[in-house]
Formats: sequence, C-alpha cells, structure tokens
Amino acid sequence: MKIAERKSLCMLKGCALRRLHLGPIDFALQVGECVSIAGKSGAGKSLLLRMVADLDPHEGDALLDGAACSGMPASQWRRMVTYVAAESGWWDERVDAHFLPGTDFAALFPSVGVPAEAGAWPVARLSTGERQRLALLRALTPQNRVLLLDEPTSGLDAENTERVEQLLRNRLSTGIAILLVTHNLEQAARIATRHLLVRDGQLLEEPS
Amino acid sequence: MSPPLLGYSDLAIAAILVVLNAVLTWMLELGLTRTILIAGVRVIVQLLLVGLVLKTVFALASPALIAAVAIAMFAMASYEISSRQERRFAGPWGYGIGAGTTMLATLLVTAFALFGTLRPSPWYAPQVLIPLLGIILGNVMNGVSVSLNALNTAIVRERTAIESRLALGTDRYTALKPLQRSALRSGMIPIINQMSAAGVITLPGMMTGQILAGMDPLEAAKYQILLLFLLSGGAGLGALGAVYVAAWRITDERDRLRLDRLVQR
Repeated sequence: MKIAERKSLCMLKGCALRRLHLGPIDFALQVGECVSIAGKSGAGKSLLLRMVADLDPHEGDALLDGAACSGMPASQWRRMVTYVAAESGWWDERVDAHFLPGTDFAALFPSVGVPAEAGAWPVARLSTGERQRLALLRALTPQNRVLLLDEPTSGLDAENTERVEQLLRNRLSTGIAILLVTHNLEQAARIATRHLLVRDGQLLEEPS
Repeated sequence: MSPPLLGYSDLAIAAILVVLNAVLTWMLELGLTRTILIAGVRVIVQLLLVGLVLKTVFALASPALIAAVAIAMFAMASYEISSRQERRFAGPWGYGIGAGTTMLATLLVTAFALFGTLRPSPWYAPQVLIPLLGIILGNVMNGVSVSLNALNTAIVRERTAIESRLALGTDRYTALKPLQRSALRSGMIPIINQMSAAGVITLPGMMTGQILAGMDPLEAAKYQILLLFLLSGGAGLGALGAVYVAAWRITDERDRLRLDRLVQR
C-alpha cells in the first residue's frame, strides 16, 4: 500500500513557537508509520514533540483522526498523543506507584530487561537506563495513538536497544504511529520509514 | 504588683545577644551576618515607631486613622511576603497572590473574632482592633509566605516529574497535589507546634507579656487559647488559599506547567 493511500492519523497545522524560532510546521503522520527526526542539538526537536503534545503554548493546532487538540481537554489528548521525554521524571518513591493499578510487572518488566521484582523497588535503585526503559513502558497504554519519543535508547547497550526497538515495532503493528527523535542514524534506518530533519525551525524531508 | 518598666539600657544589654549571633555567623562564614544585623535594627526602629504611632491612634480613636493604620499594615505584610519568595510570579501576580490571600484570611478571621467573641464597643475600638489585626496578620503572613515559597521552589525542583505526569494525561491539580500538600504542611507546622507546645514547652509570648504585666494567669491563658485558635484558623485559611491560587496560576487551562510565569530573584 502506498503512503498516499493510507489514512492520515495525526496532522499538524501551522504549529509554531515563534518565540523560539520554530515553525510554522505542517505535517501529517500515517497509521502504522514511524518517522524519525534528526537535527543538531538545540534545533528544536524536543520542542517540536512537546508542541505536538501541547505541553507549551503555541500557535496552530494538531488533529488526531480529524479531532482537534484544542477541542478536547489536554489530558485526554495526551493520553492518546503521548510524549516521553529524554529525561524521565518520577513523582513517587516506589517504582510501581508510577504504573496503573493492576499492572502485571512480572510479565511487563522483563520485556525491556528490567527484573520482574523491580516494581517494589524505590526509584532511586533503578539505573539510568532502567529508568529510561520503564518511563517508556509506563507511557504505553491501550489508549495511545501516537507516541512522541525523545531519544528512547540514548545510552542503552545494544541488547536493550534491540528490546526497545522490538517493543516499538510491536506497538506500530497495532496501528499507532511514532515520531522518533534520534541521533542514531542506524536506528532510524532500522525502524523508521520516513526520515525528517529539523533545521532553521523547519521540518524538512531528509535527502537520503 | 505593678509591671517592671524597662529602660533603654535594658534593651541595649539584650541587643548584645543579636550582635553576638551576627559575629558568630560572620566567623563561620554562613552569610547571614548582614541579614541578622538588619533585622535587629529593624525590630528596634519598627517597634518603637509603632509604639509611638499606636499611642497617638489610641488617643484620637478616629476611624479614618485606624483604617489608614490597617492599610499600612497590609501593605507591609504584602511586601514581606513577596520578598520572601525565592521564585515569585512575574508581574502583578508576584505581589497579588500573597497579598490577596493574606488580606482575605486576615479580614475573615479578624471579623470573626471582633463580632463573634471579643465584641468591643465600638467594634473598631483601636485598643482591640489594631493588636488583633496585627497578630493575626503576622501569622497569616508567615503561613502564606512559607507555603508559597515551599510550593514554588518544589515545583521548579520537581519540574521533570510534574511534566512526566502531565505528558501521561494527568490533569494539573492531580499532578500538583502532593506538592501542594507538603507546601501547606510547611506553612502550618509553626502554628501547630505553637499550639501543641503551648504552656508545656514554651509560654506563649502574649501570655508571658500579660503575666509579666500583672494579669491573672488563668485569664491570660483564656486569651491565649482564643488567640491560638484565631491564628491557626488564619494561617490555615491563608496558606490554603495561597497554595491553590498559586497552583492555578503556575499551570494553564491546557494542563501545562508554566514556569515562564515565575521569575527568579
């Protein structure tokens, strides 16, 4: 199936953060598509993801299945269009308090190489890499339609990077879409089908 | 027994303690010397001046003058609150949140005391109104400034944690609730301690003053109880109001954390 024939899942219309010289950006994301975003540090890649998640005041609007972000409560939008920051945040002492009640840790954690019993650990006991993987894991819910991932595997070893990529491929096959900020060109080539670049505040198709 | 009158030389002897404190922090390089000395000088100037002003106000008993004194007290309390903030809101909010919640809580509790329990005649009798307003205002000011400062610094410190929750679809008040709770606790602990320690560990300042000035200890105790209830009510209301208005202002209706609305001193 050609991309043009696929249904547009998420669209950005005139999204801009002029104060920070980003945009205006128009962009469409298809169902099941993973788009990689590259660019120099400070180019605005994270700002772009935050803007899609409506985490900063901005111009323009985003649409999911035709429904405008501005037309629904922000919390509802973010449960469907979910941003996972490069630096993970933890608001409770125990690891399991960050997951929905009833989460099956024994089944879930080993899929990203974290011990099954880590649910009962204090967050401080997790390594940086474990935190990064669990932050991704806790963001995955049945409500996700678009995942906005900021460097989800930076600093992970090859084995764990492979685990995370496998997890993302599984999610993609369920019909969601991913915007993936990554510095790792090989990773972009492995899982992304389109490659974009943020430069001078614009989102450009990367010449391959 | 008539109360012992203090001479200025007695005050000078007590001032040695403050100077000693300042010298110690200077030697230990704790960076508080200037602050301590300035506070010491301020307490002398302010209290003597207030003593003089109140003497005049009591003598004249003019409602306009009493109102003017009350307004001046509010203005100074507002200034104190905003200058206690490590990170305050930009623009008029920097002043407004602390000032507004303090004023509201103080007025409510003072009115409650004037019309509910003390019932002086006339109700604005300066001998009752001004000291009452002063002590309530002071405690509300403490509660508000401590809570507000605790909340704002905690929000800045916990930014990634809060934004992680928001990004996962938590609404702003749920995401800020734990921080509000602990900020409120910081603001309320002094007055709660004061109530639980009253008489057992410390003799409250007002009661001490009254007993030294010759009042019957049981009567002094009743006044002190009334006062502590008023103060805890005021501090609690003020801190609660401040913590909620601040949480509302530091976020927006799209459940975003708006740290751009804070300025650092």
